[in-house]
Amino acid sequence: MIVGQRGWRHRGAIALFVAPSLVPLLLFTVGPMIASAGLSLLSWNLLRPPVFVGLDNFERLAGDANFRAAVIHTLGYVAGYLPLVLVGGMLIALALNQRLRGLAIFRTAYFLPVVTSWVVVALMWRWLLDPRAGIVNFALGLVGIDGPGWYTDPAWAMPSVIVASAWKDLGFVMVILLAGLQSIPEEYYEAASVDGAGRWSRFRNITIPLLTPSLFFVLVISLINNLQVFDQVWVMTKGGPAGATSVVVEQIVTNAFSYGQMGYAAAMSWVFFVVLLVITIVQFRLQRRWVTYD
Amino acid sequence: MTELTGARPVMAGIARLRTGRYVARGALYAVLAVGGIAMVFPFLWMLSTSFQTAGALLVPPPQLIPSPIETGNYAEIAAAFPLWRFLLNSVGVATISTVLQVATSAMAAYAFARLTFRGRDLLFLLYIATLMVPLQVTIMPLFVEMRYLGLIDSYPGLILPSIASAFGTFLLRQAFLSLPRELEEAAFMDGAGHFTVFRRIVLPLARPALATFAIFAFMASWNSFLWPLIIVNSPDLMTLPVGLSNLQGRYATSWNLLMAGSTVAVLPILIVYAVGQKYVIRGVTLTGLKG
Repeated sequence: MIVGQRGWRHRGAIALFVAPSLVPLLLFTVGPMIASAGLSLLSWNLLRPPVFVGLDNFERLAGDANFRAAVIHTLGYVAGYLPLVLVGGMLIALALNQRLRGLAIFRTAYFLPVVTSWVVVALMWRWLLDPRAGIVNFALGLVGIDGPGWYTDPAWAMPSVIVASAWKDLGFVMVILLAGLQSIPEEYYEAASVDGAGRWSRFRNITIPLLTPSLFFVLVISLINNLQVFDQVWVMTKGGPAGATSVVVEQIVTNAFSYGQMGYAAAMSWVFFVVLLVITIVQFRLQRRWVTYD
Repeated sequence: MTELTGARPVMAGIARLRTGRYVARGALYAVLAVGGIAMVFPFLWMLSTSFQTAGALLVPPPQLIPSPIETGNYAEIAAAFPLWRFLLNSVGVATISTVLQVATSAMAAYAFARLTFRGRDLLFLLYIATLMVPLQVTIMPLFVEMRYLGLIDSYPGLILPSIASAFGTFLLRQAFLSLPRELEEAAFMDGAGHFTVFRRIVLPLARPALATFAIFAFMASWNSFLWPLIIVNSPDLMTLPVGLSNLQGRYATSWNLLMAGSTVAVLPILIVYAVGQKYVIRGVTLTGLKG
């Protein structure tokens, strides 16, 4: 039968096209994801056979002061980081949206840190902020300010991480908002000008509402990415000094691979994943209140 | 009508703008320049530091143009650490995983965009769902899995988790869906099979999207840190980010050496960025616009 043969060949083609990505995804993402849920119910240090402990890991997590501190530090990090990149990225995007000559060079410059590896950026900033020989404290000294110890000072360590992170991600936020700005039809502005709307009024009533989809996207992505802050912390401070910059993912990695508490770390990662999921869902629910789709 | 009556106020507005334009434009350039310098300076300072002597760095004021110019930092760090090996590993791992990701994603994307089969949409949903799973949830079981496979501290262990990409499948599916179907239908009439159509028609037409994703995959692999940090122990297998962070442990404050290593780590990716900037920006905005 022609149909049967076609169906058989068709199915073969499907398998051939899908399997090369489906098999690795199942083996290295979906499988581990499911296994991770099981792992969270075990006590296992990889050396001795695993022991089933039920929900003990989660119970222990609820009373873990280190984990609680890490959650607070992570939230503090995000609270400092988000306004910096959102306001900064917005201002630069608005400036670059003026159709002036030579602005492409600035776009390139602002995007440079985005493509650079976190390890390099973190090392760069450690050197810039070096308490003794760093150029930042030297510059502060020129204007008579005695610069702090930055990442060596528990009070300044998190702000140091925040500044470096905002510096790195500014270009990312800028590029997305710039694309949003450029997709606003010119006619809207022309029509508003005709109606006598001033610059501020045009910004307030056209730019902002039509930019909300881009802002929403940036907010969702930034929150998901930055609640998972790890690379910069690992290289800049290793969570220190005195635990001042310990964050959630760093706690997960440390518990799993330094303390050999696989099950406990898995429980942590699941609690964290659910929180991320809830935050994202809440954001999508709330978007109706402030995001304008035309 | 409205355009005609509106023409005069618009012209007046333009004239008014023109008077204040020079001042505004000057201020704009100034602000952007200050910001731009803030973005570029750390890179220049890194480069400068990598050519300074350890002694010169400790004596204020800091010098942007090193004197004397010390080229030995690169040799010194390469002698103590297999820096070129790190570089080679990074290039190799990033290239292999990019090629495989583009190939596997494009094939799956073709199936999702052009073939009809039962459960297709459900399967695609599974792909999208994996995008939501953060690495730290899967990393412990993945490590255990690699241990059972005997792949800890090996190239396959390093590369295998990133040979497929749900993100790439999603991106390329969108690109394939927007391609015209006429050529493909003509090819099928001539008796071509799916694989021929895929290779001869769809892939060439989707080249910009493939380039965008390839650059993304390359940069993601080049910069990835957490998985290589965990799976690899021996210096011979380390990629640049992991090698660099190890270097830091050894040369905590030898900034001229650390910056030499950083420069080696950053140059290749900056070249990729310079060459493919168009595609990088397009990739960000493509994904950014879908909101």
